[in-house]
Amino acid sequence: MVVFDKPHALTDVSMHYCPGCTHGIIHRLVAEVIDELGIEGKTIGVAPVGCSVMAYDYFNCDMIEAAHGRAPAVATGVKRALPENVVFTYQGDGDLASIGMAETVHSAARNENITIIFVNNAIYGMTGGQMAPTTLPEQVTQTSPYGRDVNHCGFPIKVCEMLATLDGPEYLERVAVNNVKNVKAAKKAIKKAFQNQVEGKGFSLIEVVSSCPTNWGMTPKKALEWVEEKMIPYYPLGVYKDRSAKEEN
Amino acid sequence: MVLKMADKVLMKGNEAIAEAAILAGCRHYFGYPITPQTEIAAYMAKRMPKIGGCFLQAESEIAAINMVYGVAATGKRVMTSSSSPGISLKGEGISYLAGADLPSLIVNVQRGGPGLGGIQPSQSDYFQATKGAAHGDFHMLVLAPASVQEMADLTVKGFELADKYRMTAMVLADGTMGQMMEPVSLDYDVKNTVEKPWATTGTNMEREHNIVNSLFLSPEKLEEENFKRYDRYKLIEENETMYEEYMMDDAEICVSAFGIASRVAKNAINEARAMGIKVGLIRPITLWPFPKAPFKKAGEQVKSIISVELSMGQMIEDIRLASECKVPVTLCNRAGGMIPTPEQVLEAIVNANNGGAK
Amino acid sequence: MSTTKFLFAGFGGQGILFSGKFLAYKGLIEDKQVSWLPSYGPEMRGGTASCSVILSDTPVGSPIVSNPDVLVAMNLPSLDKYEDSVVSGGTIFVDSTLVERKVKRTDVNVHYIPATALADKNGMPTLANMIIVGKVLSALEQFNEDGINAALGKVISARHANMLDFNLKALKIGSEN
Repeated sequence: MVVFDKPHALTDVSMHYCPGCTHGIIHRLVAEVIDELGIEGKTIGVAPVGCSVMAYDYFNCDMIEAAHGRAPAVATGVKRALPENVVFTYQGDGDLASIGMAETVHSAARNENITIIFVNNAIYGMTGGQMAPTTLPEQVTQTSPYGRDVNHCGFPIKVCEMLATLDGPEYLERVAVNNVKNVKAAKKAIKKAFQNQVEGKGFSLIEVVSSCPTNWGMTPKKALEWVEEKMIPYYPLGVYKDRSAKEEN
Repeated sequence: MVLKMADKVLMKGNEAIAEAAILAGCRHYFGYPITPQTEIAAYMAKRMPKIGGCFLQAESEIAAINMVYGVAATGKRVMTSSSSPGISLKGEGISYLAGADLPSLIVNVQRGGPGLGGIQPSQSDYFQATKGAAHGDFHMLVLAPASVQEMADLTVKGFELADKYRMTAMVLADGTMGQMMEPVSLDYDVKNTVEKPWATTGTNMEREHNIVNSLFLSPEKLEEENFKRYDRYKLIEENETMYEEYMMDDAEICVSAFGIASRVAKNAINEARAMGIKVGLIRPITLWPFPKAPFKKAGEQVKSIISVELSMGQMIEDIRLASECKVPVTLCNRAGGMIPTPEQVLEAIVNANNGGAK
Repeated sequence: MSTTKFLFAGFGGQGILFSGKFLAYKGLIEDKQVSWLPSYGPEMRGGTASCSVILSDTPVGSPIVSNPDVLVAMNLPSLDKYEDSVVSGGTIFVDSTLVERKVKRTDVNVHYIPATALADKNGMPTLANMIIVGKVLSALEQFNEDGINAALGKVISARHANMLDFNLKALKIGSEN
C-alpha cells in the first residue's frame, strides 16, 4: 500500500533548496493541488528571480522563467494569449514586493485571472541574506547589520493588507507552513486560489509566511519557532479579501 | 480571418504599422503612451476588441515588454511599440527575449535624446538598436522603413523573420515616419506557418514539459547557447540583408542614409545630378544585419562617402568598417530633433566633389 | 513633371491638418504622388499648427516642406514665421479676417480672403479652413468637383456624412471670393 508518494506535478529533479527551507513544502502543496484539480496538462507556471529561480525544473507543467519582479506581467501575457489555461507565478518577497511591486499591484488591480504564490521569508535568500521589503524592524541582515532601522530605511510592507485596499483582486490570504496545522490550512488556501482561476473569478494571491534558516542564522527548528514568535505577529494569518464570499453574504 | 485593404489609402506611418501587424496575424499588443508613437496604441485599442484580439495598456514599458515575453512564450505573434526613452526601459525584457530565443516585434518611433530629450524626429537610437539594446551577446533584426508603405511592409516582414529565426525584430522608425501620411496598399500573402514546438501552451499530458528560460548557470552550457545563437545570426547576415542603391552605377560620390534621412538625401542627389555631379545613394534597409557588401564595393569605386544622419554620427562607424576605411567618410548631420535639409546635403556633396572634406 | 509643395499654418483648432489631408486625398484620387506631414506635440493643443503637403508627378523625396510653393497662413504668427520661406514666384493665401497686415514680399502672388468672416456669415464657423482651400483650388485652377467630392468622401467619416455638403459649400464660397 502506498502511503506517501511524490505528486505527479513535481519532477524527479533534486531540489537545490537548503536543509530546513520551506520552499520544498510549498512546492509540494502547489503540486498536490495541481494533481487534485487535474490541471497539470493545461497549467503554465512562471518562475521568478530569487531562491525559487529554478522552479521551472521542479514542476512538470510547462514553465517560463521571468525577469526579476516581472512574473505577473509575463503571466498576464500568457493568460491573455491562452485564457483557457491555468497560469500561476511563484515569487519571493524581493521579487514580488520590491522590484516587482508595480507588476504586483497592477495585475491585482486588473483582477488578472491568475494565481500568485508569494513566499515571504523576510530576506533575500539567493544573494546571501540581504534586507527584504518584508524584513522585520530590528531584524539583522547582511545589509542591515545593526538591525533594520525603520527611521533610516522604512517599514516592512504588508502585501495582503495593501492589496486588500484595491477593488480589483478576488482573493487574498496569508498562511504559514511552520507546523502541520498551518501547512494544512496553506494547502486549502492554495487550492482555493487555483480553483478561483479555473472558475474565472480572477486574481488570487496566497502569501506564505516562510523561513530561511540559512540566512537567518538559525537551525531549521529554531527558524520555525521564530516564524511563530516574530513573523506571524507582524504578518497576521487569515483571509484579507474574498470577494465572492462577500457577495454571497 | 482575411482582412485586406487592397486599394491605396492615406495612412499615418504609425497607423500603417498597426494595421499591417493585424494583417500579419498579431492579436496581442501591449504598450504605454509616449509621443510620437501613441497612434499605434490608439489604433490597436480601437481594432483589437473588434477582431478578438487583445490590446492592454500596461502600467509601464517594463510591464509591457514582459507581457510581450509571456505571449511570445505561447508562440503567438505579439508586439509592443514605444519611442526612445520607453525603449530604454524595455531593454531588460529585450535581453530576456533574446536569451530565451523568443520571437517578437518591437517598434521604436525615435525622438531626440538623451534623457527625456524632445519629441521631434531623430535617429540617435541607432547604436542602441543595432548594438546595445541591453546586456549580453545578442542582436535584434533591425528594419528601417523610409516610407509609410515600408512601415507596413517591414512590419509584416519583421513578424516573419522573427518567427523564422526565433528572435526580436525591431522596426526602427522616427517621428516623421510615424506622423506622416502617404498612400499605402496593404495586400499581403502573410506567412504564419513556422512550427513552434518549444512553446509553453500546456503539456496536455502528452509531452515533456517545455521550459522558456534564459538562465544557464553552467558557463559551458551558456557559451554553447551563445554560439548556437550566433550561428543563426550568420545565416541571417547571409540571407536577410536588405538595402537599396540609387544611381550608384557610375557614382563617384556615395551618400548613405536610412529612413527619413534617405529621402532628404535623394532630393539632394537629384539636384546634384542636375549639376552634373556623379553621386548615388546606398540606403540600408536592414541596419542589423548591416549591408556590408555595397559599402565594400563603394570603398573601391567612389572618392568619398557622406553619411547623412539625424544623430551625432552613429551609422558612420559601420560605414567606415564596411568600406574598410579606403575612402574618407564624412558626416552630414542634424541632431536633437532637427532634420538636415536637401540644401545642407547638396552642399556636402558639392564639397566632396571638389575634393574637400567639408 | 511637376511638384507642388504646400504649407498650411494657423492656430490649433482651425482645421489646418484636416484641410491638408483633404488636399492630399484629392491628389491621391487624381493619381498624384502625395505626402502629408503634420507638426506634432504640445503645440497642437491650441498653439500653432502646421502641415506640409506635397503633390507630385514623381515619387516624393523628403516630405518636409521648408520652402513652400504655396503658403496658407490662417493667422498672423504663421505669416510672420513662414512668409520669407516661400519660393520666389510662389503664392501666399492669407485669411484677411485674422491677419491685418499685408504681405511684404513683392516676388510672390498674394490672395487675401476673409475666410473666417465668410464662414461666420454663412453659418459655418468651423469651416474657414475649407473656404480658404476653395480659394487655393480655384487660384491654382484645380477646382474640379469630381475630385473634390471623392476626396471629401474619404476625409469625412460616414458618421459625419451630414458635413459633406457643408464642406462642399465652403469650398465653393472660397472659390467665388
